[in-house]
Amino acid sequence: MEYRIGIDVGGTNTDAVLVDENMNLVESIKVPTTKDVSTGIYEALHRVLEKSKVDRKNIKYAMLGTTHATNAIVERKRLCKTAIIRIGRPATEAIVPLVAWPKDLVEAVGNHYYLIAGGHEFDGREISPLDEEELRKIAREIKGKVESVAVVSVFSPVNNQHELRAREILQEVLGDIPISLSHEIGSIGLLERENATVLNAALVEVARTTASGFKEALAREGVTDAKVFLCQNDGTLMSIDYAMRYPILTIACGPTNSIRGAAFLSNLENALVLDVGGTTSDIGIIAQGFPRESSIAVEIGGVRTNFRMPDLISIGLGGGTIIREENGEVKIGPDSVGYRITEEAVVFGGKTVTATDIAVRLGLAEVGDKEKVKDLPLEFAQKAYQKMQELVEEAIDKIKTSKDPQPLILVGGGSIIVSDKINGVSQVVRPQNFGVANALGAAIAQVSGEVDRIYSLSEMSRDEALNNAKQLAINEAIKAGANPDSVNIVHVEDIPLAYLPGNAVRIRVKAAGNLL
Amino acid sequence: MTKIDVQMVEDIAVGAALLGTGGGGDPYVGKLMAIQALQKNGPVELISVDDVPDDALVVPAAMMGAPTVLVEKIPSGKEIFKAFDSLQNYLGKEIFAVIPIEAGGLNSMIPITVAAEKKLPLVDVDGMGRAFPELQMVTFHLYGVSATPMVLADEKGNSLLLNTINNFWTESLARNATVVMGGSVMIAIYPMYGRDLKQAGIRKIVTYSAKIGRAIREARKNGEDPIEALLKATGGFALFKGKISDVQRRTTGGFVRGEAHIDGIDQYKGESMIIDFQNENLIARRNGKVVATVPDLICIVDAHTAAPITTEGLRYGQRVVVIGIPCDPKWRSEKGIATVGPRYFGYDVDYVPVEELIKG
Repeated sequence: MEYRIGIDVGGTNTDAVLVDENMNLVESIKVPTTKDVSTGIYEALHRVLEKSKVDRKNIKYAMLGTTHATNAIVERKRLCKTAIIRIGRPATEAIVPLVAWPKDLVEAVGNHYYLIAGGHEFDGREISPLDEEELRKIAREIKGKVESVAVVSVFSPVNNQHELRAREILQEVLGDIPISLSHEIGSIGLLERENATVLNAALVEVARTTASGFKEALAREGVTDAKVFLCQNDGTLMSIDYAMRYPILTIACGPTNSIRGAAFLSNLENALVLDVGGTTSDIGIIAQGFPRESSIAVEIGGVRTNFRMPDLISIGLGGGTIIREENGEVKIGPDSVGYRITEEAVVFGGKTVTATDIAVRLGLAEVGDKEKVKDLPLEFAQKAYQKMQELVEEAIDKIKTSKDPQPLILVGGGSIIVSDKINGVSQVVRPQNFGVANALGAAIAQVSGEVDRIYSLSEMSRDEALNNAKQLAINEAIKAGANPDSVNIVHVEDIPLAYLPGNAVRIRVKAAGNLL
Repeated sequence: MTKIDVQMVEDIAVGAALLGTGGGGDPYVGKLMAIQALQKNGPVELISVDDVPDDALVVPAAMMGAPTVLVEKIPSGKEIFKAFDSLQNYLGKEIFAVIPIEAGGLNSMIPITVAAEKKLPLVDVDGMGRAFPELQMVTFHLYGVSATPMVLADEKGNSLLLNTINNFWTESLARNATVVMGGSVMIAIYPMYGRDLKQAGIRKIVTYSAKIGRAIREARKNGEDPIEALLKATGGFALFKGKISDVQRRTTGGFVRGEAHIDGIDQYKGESMIIDFQNENLIARRNGKVVATVPDLICIVDAHTAAPITTEGLRYGQRVVVIGIPCDPKWRSEKGIATVGPRYFGYDVDYVPVEELIKG
């Protein structure tokens, strides 16, 4: 029997699971998330292996979903000094790179940017030829001064030639330096894609230490034959090499792991997913087995970006949310006892009334010692529960795509606080092993490929354009490590370009498949 | 006299995006350009139409093409000056002031940038009082002002001077040239004299945009309902509140036509609204009955924040309020309705003012 390990870092707990080759759960563990993140990961890894006692040589895959990159951006720490090369002159000069960035973040990545001639039009023609001479000059200038380079060319999602050529030239001069190309990270919208690319470039060192730390930890545990992957925020996997090139795509992989895990555990391809943690809950949508993506610009660390992010609504309600009475009103949170729930919640012998205590008091959940909450006034508990329910129902109503009731999959350690009857929901599904859906989502994840291009329909039919985009996406998925026989198209979207004759259309396609 | 500063730019961007009735593009790039220009050159002077001498030359500055192209191929920043300077040289007369051509996310911002850089005043007027997709769809056209001579300029340094026999030819030639020039160009168009502007322009649109943006901003800050503030600032009517349940889009002749389906919530529960759009929102039907049509303004805003939503930004699940605002009386003339009424856009619907329609 062969096995895979999945680990997912949450705000409160770090979960690890071991599954066999038939995707059956063999073992699972939860440990508190540590401030440095890594220690918690290694601890979870160690304990799940200890518990399972499987031969470590039989572990063939190890998947990690982590918050290292998010933390680095939020804390402005460990970010690489990055040179930004924007190819598009004379276009784009009106707004220079980094203008709308927070000052401390600009300082953290250094303020090195260059605008050079090149780039393409929406239909793939050149704006101007790539200024290779200028690029060589810049490369010599930044040599030794920066640790990473971000290259962004106008309309590179339509034509990536100038970004690819720029990488060649930069490598000639700079040797083995990480180079982030924007067409592989974001979509149409230069400033947002540039921002995402710069953040990505600044994160490569974080990704390298995360990945090598994980590999070393695996080796220490005797897991030497496993292929190692990091989870990305569309619910699929990246190889370590790929992750070191595209670390930004690891941001927000936690919620998507939960969503994928929930879909897997419940065998539902289309549903709402509510992941209740210790402090907050995320609600997302699973559509054809994958998390629905957000279609609007997403702010990260105070910067507007447009790389793919899951469509989520977060609410300040978790198992550890503190419930109190203020001026005769029941108040839900927003504070939480978090991972200290096993010490502070009343059912565990503590003194703080939490959402979990309310659920136990009403007989809706069985954790801890229910005797300890029997003195909580029933009316208070009912009022609190009613409010908790309203919070959940509102969030569900907001994220739903149609008025038809949809199934809701409940996962996460805190999900015992949610009732079985919710407005707008056809059925509440509580799969087995709901507490470690996130780590399972990591363990069972697939690999994907994506394209986002503008096609001119004066030269081809809409069907031809769609087919072309689908084939490109499938190729990308195979390149990322998918088994060609298992690759499916999981998302197609086309939006016509307004105010332009010639019927140009922007097409986005995603394909995904099982690991080879 | 009013000075346009950075705060006012922010307010104008929000207000004009609302008046864009779903079209007119995302103001983000235009706003950054305008703010940059103000930071470099100081505030812009906003003057009234009455401050423009009858024989002074005024010129609208605008972007033409696809907003999707502009957010990717950001301007060089020099195009619009090239367009302006070429037109000024051709006409052989100094330009006295800059005017906006439409109230839209993007085209409310471009003239501010030009005014700041050229150190010219901006006139508190425009040619639409909202956003429309075609060049002849301006009140200037209703009063016989010619769109040409006009100049289109791209970031590469190309510029094109057009002289046409009528404003429909201008639209067709300029639109096709825009594609060849890369899908997004800057234009100087409808050059006219103060006396024409006084007759043909829609007055106080810049201060009106700013007032709307400010009302929304202050309501949010003070914890009041921004939708209420918006209705008060515009004199508009809340036509519907609901959740977008479906958006259908198709391209015909370069314009994105589509429909947004909205399922009612709160007091509209059980009811439905369908909005027909063609870049901009054109017809609103509540339970199958027309409640507002172009040229009156049909605006879709976020139900919580009152932030305007463009037709490109419409998506499933959004909670929205639909607002109808009476258009400028100029549009309600016979020629106005012929130029921008529902039948021009291909709908078999007669124009009836929104304030009459909602009475039922």
